[in-house]
Parts: sequence; structure tokens; C-alpha cells
Amino acid sequence: MRRRVIFDNKVLPYLLVAPQIAVTLVFFFWPAAQAIYQSLLLQDPFGLRTQFVWFENFTTILTDPLYLDSLRVTVIFSTAVTVLSMGIGLLFATMADAHIRGARLYRTLMTWPYAVAPAVAAVLWLFIFHPSIGLLGRALQRIGIPWDYKLNGIQALILVILAASWKQVSYNFLFFLAGLQAIPRSVIEAATLEAGPARCFWSIVFPLLSPTTFFLLVVNVVYAFFDTFGVIHALTGGGPAKATETLIYKVYTDGVVNLDLGGSAAQSVILLIIVVTLTALQFKYIERKVHY
Amino acid sequence: MGQAGKGLHKRSRRREGWIPHFTLAVGIVIFAFPIFFALIGSTHDAGTIGRGEMPLAPGKHLAENYWQAWTLGSGERVKATPVRAMMFNSFVMALVITFGKIAISLISAYAVVFFAFPLRMFFFWMIFITLMLPVEVRIIPTYKVVSDLGMIDSFSGLTIPLIASATATLLFRQVFLTIPDELVEAAKIDGAGAMRFFWSMVLPLSRTNIAALFVILFIYGWNQYLWPLLITTSRTMETIVIGIVKMIGTGEAQTDWQIIMATTILAMLPPVAVILFMQRWFVKGLIEAEK
Repeated sequence: MRRRVIFDNKVLPYLLVAPQIAVTLVFFFWPAAQAIYQSLLLQDPFGLRTQFVWFENFTTILTDPLYLDSLRVTVIFSTAVTVLSMGIGLLFATMADAHIRGARLYRTLMTWPYAVAPAVAAVLWLFIFHPSIGLLGRALQRIGIPWDYKLNGIQALILVILAASWKQVSYNFLFFLAGLQAIPRSVIEAATLEAGPARCFWSIVFPLLSPTTFFLLVVNVVYAFFDTFGVIHALTGGGPAKATETLIYKVYTDGVVNLDLGGSAAQSVILLIIVVTLTALQFKYIERKVHY
Repeated sequence: MGQAGKGLHKRSRRREGWIPHFTLAVGIVIFAFPIFFALIGSTHDAGTIGRGEMPLAPGKHLAENYWQAWTLGSGERVKATPVRAMMFNSFVMALVITFGKIAISLISAYAVVFFAFPLRMFFFWMIFITLMLPVEVRIIPTYKVVSDLGMIDSFSGLTIPLIASATATLLFRQVFLTIPDELVEAAKIDGAGAMRFFWSMVLPLSRTNIAALFVILFIYGWNQYLWPLLITTSRTMETIVIGIVKMIGTGEAQTDWQIIMATTILAMLPPVAVILFMQRWFVKGLIEAEK
């Protein structure tokens, strides 16, 4: 990555990196270090005394049934959002990859939900599934399903999954489409003639797409973990009875609302470990792609 | 054989023809349905919606609802900031984040690629590691830093903590590495300094990448949620995304849904317009930013 020809200047490069480095130090590294430090401290409820307790906050959290519940919600939520949005994205991408008229128009009409904020997506779905004013909410009640996501935890979870996935399909669609278009047309045509479209897809196209699939898997899990805070905050506020409280939402309520600093910091550190693992996975994939 | 084979081929092609169109059309309808419903909602009055009697046809209150949202932001039951003020806040936040990220990433990537200096790789890794430190994992300490600096409830607090960008720096570094050494050599022979070379060669060569990043980052900035939720305390500083959610409150049936829906439609216009009008840059930016 080194260039042969470079500029000689003792001061200029430092000035050029200074703004970015200043922001990362003040708003990233210092707070992250604080979070790790605080996760090892225990503060009394009045904030008068602070005690260094090593990993006590972590053992408290990991044995707390509320935390384990939130972990369970997060796993269900993330799996559902990832499978749903990737599956539908792949379906549409396969369809749009076929040489059909108006492919560009379809692509444009498929991509715009990417621009909708997660919280706004939540508002749109709330308006449809509201038990007393929403079109589908009322329809469900009319056919005898007691639909009320404000009372029923499973229904609330279904609704946040729908809203979060709706917004994410576009992203998966675009990457799957790019992946499909990179497969030589002649390979697909030969395989389709030989084995029929369905077998061709599962035994030729899908394996060739596996790098894209793996990459999207990581990105979607990250999205479901971190970027869906807005969906949950706008739709259910983590409720009813914590049925939609994901790990991120719990960090927010414990830290910002309940002001449990040590506990919230320990949760942050656990999330940090998850992000580092996911990012490492993602870069391992990229490295492999570069070597091929 | 020739005849039969041709016939078979034709038939299968025709069948391929309508299934994709049908599936894609269904998909587009599902995608568009929530928007359609919000649009209809923004044309009725509060009573019609509140009684659960909203029809699937537009009502008569379109102009009135949008005007009310734009100038007051409030209805009978909802008290909020006027949409025009929240839109202004969102625009400032999104644009400062977008141009801030692009600017500081351009110059730091330039330093890393075109200069040799001690700590070069150290700085590069420092920027890279921020990828692994999303706001969510350092939420309270970051809030505390911003509050100690007196930046709560200000545009600087809303934007500056978000303008570091590992993604943009990595992307520009990649682009700069493709600039041939001969070009740098020629510039040096002509007596151009580092900054001159930056302005007259590097910046124009990165034009398309800047456009692509602009689309992605503008949407990222506009759609921010957790950060503005923490940083803005006065209602006049609210961004539009935060404003809508506050309008809904607990989501009672008897509220000014027509105003909320008008606001929702207005909140989606800028980012959706950016994607539609900059479609080519959007796809390029999305795929490049994730490499």
C-alpha cells in the first residue's frame, strides 16, 4: 500500500489528520475507555461512593433473568429480520436479474425504502396495524383475531419485525442483484437448459452467491442489533412487559432512563465484544475475496 | 428436433416473462402500500381517522393538513414544533454530517496515502477501529463528554461527534492508491506543492466517489435517531424524525393522525428524492462504501 512517490513535509500530514483524530479521540476512544472503566465500578444509588468491583457488574447482568430475556428477544428479532429481509431481497433480485423489460424501473422502485428512517418506517406500520384506526389492525379484529400490539407481546414482536424488515429488503435486494449480475450469463443459461431453473438456482447460482450472502448476513445482523432502536422506540417502547426490549434498547433504558451507570456500561462492553466479533468476521470475508 | 426445440425454448422464455413481472409488481405494491396509506391519512380529518372510518380514497383536507403541519406542527391534541423548523434542523444536521465526514476523511486519507511520517499507520488504525465503536456501545460516556463541553442542544453537539468516518477514509484511501505515481512525479517536477496537487488533481479525480458518498451519508445523517434523541432537549432543536415520534406519544386513537401523517410524508421527501434523483450514485455509493 506504500507509494513510491510522496510529498515531503514535516507538519502538513499531521494537520491533515488532526480533525479526524481529534474527533475519534474525544468522542470515540475516551468514551469507550470510560465505558470499560465504569463497567468495573459499582456506584451506590445516590452516586456518593464508588467502588471497584472487577467483574461483579458482568456476573450480575449475565445472571439477571431480565437480561437473559432481552437476549432471547434480540436473538428472535435479529434472526427473523435477517431471514425475512434477506429471503425477500433474494427473491426480488432473482426476478429482477431475469432479462425483462423495465428492469431499471423496477430497480428504482425497489430501492427507495432504503431512504426511510427506521423510526419513520415504524410510524407507517403503526398507522396500518393500529388496533382501532389502522386498516389491517381493524381487519384482523373483524375476522376474530384479538389484535392489539400494545397488550400482546407476540403481536408487538411481529410488528417490530415487519417494520424493521420492510426497510431492509432494498439493501439486500441491491447487493444480491449486484452478486447475480456478476455471474456469467452463459453459466446460468447452460445450467438452466441442463437441469431446469429450480435446480440451476440451488446448485449453481446460490453457491456462487455465497460470498454476497455471507457478507449480507453480517450486515443484517448488525442492522438488527444496532440500527433498529428507532423502530422499537417509536412502535412499542420495548413493551408490552418488555416483550420487544432488545439488548440495545435495554442499554438505553438502564443507562439513560434508570441511570444505572455500572450495569449499563457492562452491557455496553458486552455489545462492544459482539460488534468486534462481527466486524472481524466481515473483514475475514473481505480478505478472502481479495485473495481469490 | 429443430422445430420442437425452438418451440420449447420459446414457451419457457414466455413463462419466464410474466413470473418476474408479477412478483416484482407484488413487491412494489407491498413496498408502496404503507406510503399510500399515509398519503390517504394525510388528506382526511382527525374525526374520520379516529373513528376508524378512514376510506381508501383521498379526503378533502389535503392542503389544510399540510399547511397546518408546515406552519404549526400541531393540531387539536398534538403540540409540536412546526414542520418547517424541524425540517430546517434535519437539513442542517444531515448536511453538516455529510460534508463534515467527506471533508475530514478526504484530508486524512490524503495524509495517509501521500506522506510518509511517523505514526502514519497508528493514525490509520485509530480511524479504522472507530468502525467497531458505534454510539450504542459508548452511549452514556459520550453523552457526558458532549454535556461537559456544553454542546447539549446545539448543532455542534448534534453533528461533530458523528463526523469521524472510517468508511469514507477507507474508501478515499482506496481511490487515492489508484492515482499513478507518474502523475505525482509530474506535479512535483512542475513545482506543485502537496496542497496544490490536492486541489487540482486529487479532488477532481475523486468527484464521482464524493457524489456517491454524498447520497449514502445524507440519508445516514437525515435518519439519525438515538443521537438526536439524547442531545436535543428543547423542542425547537428537534429533528423531524424525532418530532414525529414525539407527536405520536402513546399512540392513542384520538389524536391528530392527519397532521402526523402529513409530517411523515414531508419527512420522507428529502431522502427519498436524493435516492431517486441520484439513483446511479446511490448504487455506486452503497456498494463501494461496504467494500
